[in-house]
Amino acid sequence: MSRAAALAGALVLWAAITLGNRWLGVVNPVLLPTPLEAGAVALELGRSGELLRHVLTSLGRVAQGFGLAAVAALGLGLLVGLCVPLRLMAEPVIEFVRPIPPLAFLPMFLVWFGLGEASKVAFIGYTTFFPMFVAIAASVLRVDVVLLRAAASLGASRADLVRRVMLPAALPGIVVALRVGVGLALFVIVGAEFMGADAGLGYLIMDGRMFFNPAQIVMGALALGLLGSLINTLLLVAERRLLHGRAAS
Amino acid sequence: MTGAPKIQIRRVARSFGAAAALAEVDLDVAERELVCILGPSGCGKSTLLNIVAGFLAPTTGAVLVDGRAVTGPGPERGVVFQEYALFPWLTVTGNVEFGPLLQSRPAGERRRIVDRYLDLVGLRAHASKFPVQLSGGMKQRVAIARALANDPAIVLMDEPFGALDAQTRETLQDELARIQRVEHKTILFVTHSIREAVYLADRVVVMTSVPGRIKQIFPIKLPEARDRFAPEFTQYESDITRVVKEEVAKVRE
Amino acid sequence: MASLVSNVSTLVESGLRGPALTRRRALALQVGAVGLFLALWSGAAGLVVVLRLFNPIFLPGPWLVLGSLVELAAKGQLWGHVAATLERVAIGFGSGAALGVALGLAAGYLAPVRNVVEPLVELLRPIPPLALLPMFIVWVGIGETSKVGFITYATFFPIFLTTVTGVRQIDPLLLRAAQSLGARGLAIFTRVILPAALPDILTGLRLGVALAFFVIVISEFIGAEQGLGYLINDGRNFFLVPQMLGAAVLLGLLGYAGNAIVRLLERRLTRWQHPA
Repeated sequence: MSRAAALAGALVLWAAITLGNRWLGVVNPVLLPTPLEAGAVALELGRSGELLRHVLTSLGRVAQGFGLAAVAALGLGLLVGLCVPLRLMAEPVIEFVRPIPPLAFLPMFLVWFGLGEASKVAFIGYTTFFPMFVAIAASVLRVDVVLLRAAASLGASRADLVRRVMLPAALPGIVVALRVGVGLALFVIVGAEFMGADAGLGYLIMDGRMFFNPAQIVMGALALGLLGSLINTLLLVAERRLLHGRAAS
Repeated sequence: MTGAPKIQIRRVARSFGAAAALAEVDLDVAERELVCILGPSGCGKSTLLNIVAGFLAPTTGAVLVDGRAVTGPGPERGVVFQEYALFPWLTVTGNVEFGPLLQSRPAGERRRIVDRYLDLVGLRAHASKFPVQLSGGMKQRVAIARALANDPAIVLMDEPFGALDAQTRETLQDELARIQRVEHKTILFVTHSIREAVYLADRVVVMTSVPGRIKQIFPIKLPEARDRFAPEFTQYESDITRVVKEEVAKVRE
Repeated sequence: MASLVSNVSTLVESGLRGPALTRRRALALQVGAVGLFLALWSGAAGLVVVLRLFNPIFLPGPWLVLGSLVELAAKGQLWGHVAATLERVAIGFGSGAALGVALGLAAGYLAPVRNVVEPLVELLRPIPPLALLPMFIVWVGIGETSKVGFITYATFFPIFLTTVTGVRQIDPLLLRAAQSLGARGLAIFTRVILPAALPDILTGLRLGVALAFFVIVISEFIGAEQGLGYLINDGRNFFLVPQMLGAAVLLGLLGYAGNAIVRLLERRLTRWQHPA
């Protein structure tokens, strides 16, 4: 079943269940908003410009947090991949910190940075840093020895091996790591905006709960899903463009 | 052709931890000679090649090239690998010009070199393709062109045709023989195909099973253009097969 | 910093990983690294106090963190929180896994089921589960049900998806082979499909466990009186940073243990995949 057909089917199912509920009166109809009701909220917020504001706020936090984390993950990931002693020392520490769910540190970030933008950005940065760092270091380490040997017997120096073999060979893995990082950022931004925020899609959703407006919750969640899909698709296209020749590798 | 051997392998042995892969090997390879190293699986022939290439250090002994000891890989010893080892992010042209690029040759000269060697292996039409778009046989030809483009005096080949089907294999053997008649490199060629060895080699070195050492050396006195079905060819094949079978039986035990 | 990158000889011999280390050396290095980490942490915390950089409450040293946990344990409170979190994770993951595997097997095997379930999954998949937590709260209130229900919802997806994949990716040759050996109906299901899909199902379970621990925290921030997440958020009110860090570390340990258990299960049940 194609994606479009599946989504259309889902929409129909959703409408059927919620409208059916309205007709049969099984559950309080407020608790099961219909697609139309969710659409109405979107329209209202869209018209007042509020929706755009919240979307941009969330995206802005994601962009900043991810940006910082990406730079750090690239720098440190490459460094650790290249320097054997550093890697051996970093590995156990990473293994120690990694299992701790990033959301467990959210309150810490609120304590450290207060309730403003900085705490959200810092939290997104922290959350996305570790997985990207680990994945980037892994792609460097995965570079096939035989490629290094081939280059060396063509006269490559150590600098040549790093610049002309290791980096291009690790690039696909690095790009995937960054894409996964963006996905992770979008995954947790909601949670970060549940507490101590006054703008953003997460805030919108929580607001929907506070004021008993499930249609707003549903709309917010769908908006987030849509945003995430869009960004992911764009990134995949960019990735394919960047790695155009290599395909199979 | 000078009198001194091009490659001198002196009492080279290699162990991996407690396991001895290669026992003492002594071998001289003359300039412009094509020597095939033949032996059962695991006899250490690839290890020997890796040591000559400079990828591994011998546990004892040394390899001398032009009288100087080998301490690491270098452009005077080109290598062709069984797994092709083409750089997937570069086109065929990018791969072949890699060596000259490292030597900072100007673009015009690089283009001429690439053209020459792609013509040599008959792949000029595929210059802009990526390795992933090529068949196994084509990839290996690119690998050979890449190694030769650096103009090494020595070419080391580690079962280069091992991953190819029988037809492609024979075609590439013919091509290699033809290229050698033009380029006259010193070649050390590892294989486990007796037929291939007799077809290509000036001398065939048969190794024992692990830990490998030289069991017997067969000089091949056949004309440059060889007929695989000639009685002399078949005679060499059966002589060598008999010797190799002794070693294979030992591995089976 | 010339020795930052291995030299050419090492690179061509063993790649970027470097030569393999003996067990003892590797262990020594690991212990040393953790020790160094703790030392740096303690040093930083101490420096904050000595140099009066900022209020030391923001960067407690490792001994304070450990101390807070010990204190809670001594007061007999720690276990209650740990148990609350574990209970929610266990029930939530358990139900999510049961539903995910059951529905996944059905959807993988039977096209009509797939046609009904797939649209819903496709719609809900891109939406981060966290976004729907408030919905659960609206539906069933702030209590246990919403938390557990939410974990069930969150863990359902990866398990369902990998199960469906596991069933659908079975080599048709295996099925044909089984049929020509006389297997029919239920036998094919239990003796071919289930074992063949098991690796994927177990992978899904591993992801589910990780996800369960990932999201439990935030559901315990809202309307909870017990649980490690509650401890973390509650610590905010009185700047009990050691408590916040301690509970986080503990949560990490539990998550690690959960993961290890599934991995052990994986190794046992799919021993045929790793004969070594």
